[in-house]
Amino acid sequence: MTSLLDAPAAPPEDARPVRAARSWTAVLGLVPFLGYMLLFLGGPLYFVISGALSTPEGLPTFDNVIASITQPQFQAAFGSSVMISALTAVIGAVFGAFLAQAVITSAPESPLRRIVSTASGVLAYFGGVPLAFAFIAALGQTGLATAVLRGVGVDLYATGFRIDSLTGLALTYIYFQIPLMVILITPALEGLQPQWREAAENLGASSWAYWRHVALPALLPALGGATLVLFGNAFAAYATALALTSGSIPLVPTAIASALSGNVIANQQNVGLALGFDMVIVIAIVMVGYLWLQRRASRWAPR
Amino acid sequence: MKPAVTRGRRWRVVVFVLAGIYFLVPLLSAAEFSLRIPGSGYGFANYLAIATDPELLSSLLVSLQIAIFTAVVTLVLVVPTAVWVRLRFPSIAGLLESATILPIVVPPVVMAAGIAFVQANLGGPVFRALFASSVTALTPFYVVLALPFAYRAVDNGLAAIPLRTLVEAARNLGAGMPSTLLRVVLPAIRTAVLGAAFLTLALVLGEIVIARILLYTDTFPVAVVEVGRSAAGVSVALSLASLLLAWVLLLAVSFAGGARKRSSA
Repeated sequence: MTSLLDAPAAPPEDARPVRAARSWTAVLGLVPFLGYMLLFLGGPLYFVISGALSTPEGLPTFDNVIASITQPQFQAAFGSSVMISALTAVIGAVFGAFLAQAVITSAPESPLRRIVSTASGVLAYFGGVPLAFAFIAALGQTGLATAVLRGVGVDLYATGFRIDSLTGLALTYIYFQIPLMVILITPALEGLQPQWREAAENLGASSWAYWRHVALPALLPALGGATLVLFGNAFAAYATALALTSGSIPLVPTAIASALSGNVIANQQNVGLALGFDMVIVIAIVMVGYLWLQRRASRWAPR
Repeated sequence: MKPAVTRGRRWRVVVFVLAGIYFLVPLLSAAEFSLRIPGSGYGFANYLAIATDPELLSSLLVSLQIAIFTAVVTLVLVVPTAVWVRLRFPSIAGLLESATILPIVVPPVVMAAGIAFVQANLGGPVFRALFASSVTALTPFYVVLALPFAYRAVDNGLAAIPLRTLVEAARNLGAGMPSTLLRVVLPAIRTAVLGAAFLTLALVLGEIVIARILLYTDTFPVAVVEVGRSAAGVSVALSLASLLLAWVLLLAVSFAGGARKRSSA
């Protein structure tokens, strides 16, 4: 399963047919895939953007977008969405990188490796519903972990903790952020050439000096890119919040969903679309950063 | 050198122990919670609800149908494209790689908002047919969500086989491209294909955002969340069971693939 979850494609085995690559028939082969993406991903995005920029009657306007970034309840939603995404992206990236490195340095055919890589796939892609329920079962008022902690004298709920708070939600997000980081960063960690370490050690470098001066600088773009994807992943996530809180925490997706299902003040539908448009802008910025870092990361790719 | 090695082992142990606690405690708590029977200790009553509650059972059938269609459409799109890129268009591999990141970061709620707009405002026979049932309405969009990991899985599978040699041999023996794909390439990457299919199953069994917003409430994950309002134990039991099912299937594929690699080596 490592082969399934190792992220980027290995370099193509043969880059010989340059002439074929430029020909039109080669492009034609991509039409079904790209056409499908355009229709079923581009289509909805197009209607979000066009709806965000028009009145319910279809006339062009910026009012929805302005409302979506100036009204205080939406600003609060963006604030908590950005905060929880940044926090869980950084924590997930750090722990995920350590976990990935620990797995890579264990025996290559060990069951542990298969367990971690398959579990990562399931947890990263399953969405948050089972995770939300698992965390309620663990850390809810009557949860097992809550009870055990109370048994040893730590009363979580006396400290003001609640599972359906932003803290509880962040704790749950990290549960799928770490596995996603393992999936994203493993190929970069495997790309570290053993020769680099040998060279550093021959020059008298300690393990710490090797990481500080050789491995980390080479990994930095890949780490940054993966962290950005984690940010986007948390920013986009809604299932966990939906199952965990049924809408009591102000996040951008919650605001969009309630504007759409609107027991409606006029225009509310289009303001919901405008909030979606704002999310798309944030995601676009994240993606540009990711692509830029990805190019820098490939500089160190083994040739 | 020796001290460095033992120190290396020690940090790995720390990482594994921390990860083990963080990842296992919620799962074990969920298992314990799902086995509770109010007032009378422990039992499997919550798990049996899937057989006794007709609404849950029919929602599971709907979701399995969606999962099968999604997996088939995804693989039909992905396998020929990935083969094509490797054989004819290697220069575009990086670009396609980045394109497949998109569905991870495009919020499902935004996709749902756009689809809801179409659902509410555009008519015509095509859209009416598309939005007629959860299977027809959700499958095309779940395919988009499934593309990122399906593409990676299949592409990694292709990287591990001598693709060009296999295809050229099949063509020289007179096979057309479709039969080469079906009878030579597909069997060679079957573990990757199965893995992609089971991840698709995981995705379909976990997706509630699009289904909820478009009001297709007869899918399994939505029904599981819904039943939680009156019977929390049942939701915990069924969501845990679906998570474990997806994981066990993937693990089985992983070990099968490993065994095959060893025996052929």
